[in-house]
Amino acid sequence: MADTIVQVHDVSKSYHRDSIEIPVLQNITLDVPEGEFLALMGPSGSGKTTLLNLIAGIDRPNNGSINVAGTNIVQLGESALAQWRSRHVGFVFQFYNLMPVLTAFENVELPLLLTHLSKKERKEHVETALNVVGLADRIHHYPKQLSGGQEQRVAIARAIVTDPTIIVADEPTGDLDKKSADEILLLMERLNGEFKKTIVMVTHDPRAAERAHKTQHLEKGELIQ
Amino acid sequence: MKFFKLIAKNLLRHKLRTSLTMLGLAVAILAFGLLRTVVTAWYAGVDASASNRLISRDAVSFIFPLPYSYRDQIAKVPGVSEVSFATWFQGTYVDNRPEHFFPRMAVDAETIFDLYPEFLLPHDQLEAFKRERNSCVIGEKIAKEFNFKIGDIITIQGDIFPGTWQFVIRGIYKPKDKTVDPTQMFFHWTYLDEKLKQDSPFRAGNVGWYIIRIDNPEDAPAVSEAVDRMFENSPAKTKTETEKAFQQSFVSLSSAIITSLEIVSYVIIGIILLVLANTIIMSARERIREYAVLKTLGFTSKHIFILVAGEALFISIIGGAIGVAFTFPVVAGFGAAFPTFFPVFNIANSTLALAAVFSIIIGAVASIFPAIRSANIKIVDGLRQIG
Ligand SMILES: Nc1ncnc2c1ncn2[C@@H]1O[C@H](COP(=O)(O)OP(=O)(O)OP(=O)(O)O)[C@@H](O)[C@H]1O
Ligand SMILES: [Mg+2]
Repeated sequence: MADTIVQVHDVSKSYHRDSIEIPVLQNITLDVPEGEFLALMGPSGSGKTTLLNLIAGIDRPNNGSINVAGTNIVQLGESALAQWRSRHVGFVFQFYNLMPVLTAFENVELPLLLTHLSKKERKEHVETALNVVGLADRIHHYPKQLSGGQEQRVAIARAIVTDPTIIVADEPTGDLDKKSADEILLLMERLNGEFKKTIVMVTHDPRAAERAHKTQHLEKGELIQ
Repeated sequence: MKFFKLIAKNLLRHKLRTSLTMLGLAVAILAFGLLRTVVTAWYAGVDASASNRLISRDAVSFIFPLPYSYRDQIAKVPGVSEVSFATWFQGTYVDNRPEHFFPRMAVDAETIFDLYPEFLLPHDQLEAFKRERNSCVIGEKIAKEFNFKIGDIITIQGDIFPGTWQFVIRGIYKPKDKTVDPTQMFFHWTYLDEKLKQDSPFRAGNVGWYIIRIDNPEDAPAVSEAVDRMFENSPAKTKTETEKAFQQSFVSLSSAIITSLEIVSYVIIGIILLVLANTIIMSARERIREYAVLKTLGFTSKHIFILVAGEALFISIIGGAIGVAFTFPVVAGFGAAFPTFFPVFNIANSTLALAAVFSIIIGAVASIFPAIRSANIKIVDGLRQIG
């Protein structure tokens, strides 16, 4: 049995709209072993994105603890958390979220600007990452010169360029046609199989979930086994 | 700096918006520089005045003359080292258009250049001027402007002192530095007075004002008081004050206009600050989602702050630099168009420093609030933003 890399323990989260409290997650407990490829499914509004954001350290729970790679991230301060994210988490969004003014190369380089790597080292890392996603020939293209599938592959290159501990993906195929979606899923499988990356992926698509080792279902803020 | 490229690329996103904002800044800084230069030109006379010179004029009004006989009496006052005098002649050269205007004064040829060492006149020219009754000395700028050379004759139509007056140029003075007026014309008071003795004897024997050099600037109040007390019971009472105070009394006549120019110069800075703030707020709002993504990648609030403020500072500093660069030719052109209106028309170092400082302040102040707001967005809220 591999080590547990993500430990979510008794986590609750609610949002406030005006003075009304909207409960989103209730007493979630979830363990993700190292090297896992986990799919999170559930109806719209069930709290999938919220849970993923908590694991990725871009949102904070109201209760409970979240341990990722041995750090209780709930206790980290704002800038320590930012630093932790840059080291441990690669985030893939549904709508790619590339900087429109930067080329594929520059987009992938962004997370490396926060490291102490030299310009030459950064270039090597970026080229490696773009090679992995099969876009070495699109290095100087701008996002608007790429297809949706290609944009998502650049986004994945950006997520893996720092060699993070876990990759979190929020409906990475949600905006793509079937063929591009298959390519992205294949890439995720490779990252998991070949590069031993732990992946937590939110999806609506049962075919996407099939690629994962394991699927967890969220319903109204609770995990159902 | 690693973020510089990102800032530069963000600036190029809306090329038209960025260039118009920069142009606006350049124009504002240029207008500021020009207005400040007009204001400093106005005060130049005051700044150039020496602290060891007093001016004694009629106590009622500058337009009334003082008797020539006062001269020897003033010279006897303790602390006075030399006394000279001048009369405002005015007259017209060619016609009444402002470009033909320059100050013309009847002076005491023997002493005037001793009292005004800032007018640099070669010794031989000074001697030639002193020797010849109907000669004059003109400023370098006037000589250049009207192409006058030594030996030329200047014909002036008198108005305060009617008649046609001709003067032969025997000297051309250079200003000691840029604060000295290079547009004046001096001729012999004795020449004026002789004519008056023939044509209107009751006007003869008077001078416009006395210029008194004192040994010690600290004595100015005492000497002024002594001179004025001496003529207290005469028909023409005097008012004696330092040259600086005297100059200021002229400047203050138009000080309302000058003050409003000064206010307008700051208002322009305020307006362009609002324009830049608007641009930065617009850009920052459009990019909330991008900033949230950057934060997801591990960028901190400080990084986002630098990105937003850096963009504003870049626009304001480049815009300001363009503005300052264009201030030089525009001021030179303005000075050339009105050569005699502002005899001393230079961009002061203080104006350049103010323009530079304001460029930076504009960028900093315009971006502080959008930069703080962008830096403090919550990632999850930013990511939910459609855009
Ligand atoms: N920042 C927020 N402020 C207020 N309410 C929020 C916020 N984020 C999420 N919610 C609410 O929390 C609930 C769960 O949202 P979440 O985005 O996690 O759902 P989801 O399962 O990802 O849905 P979908 O499949 O549509 O993406 C929703 O009711 C949503 O309106
Ligand atoms: Mg979601």
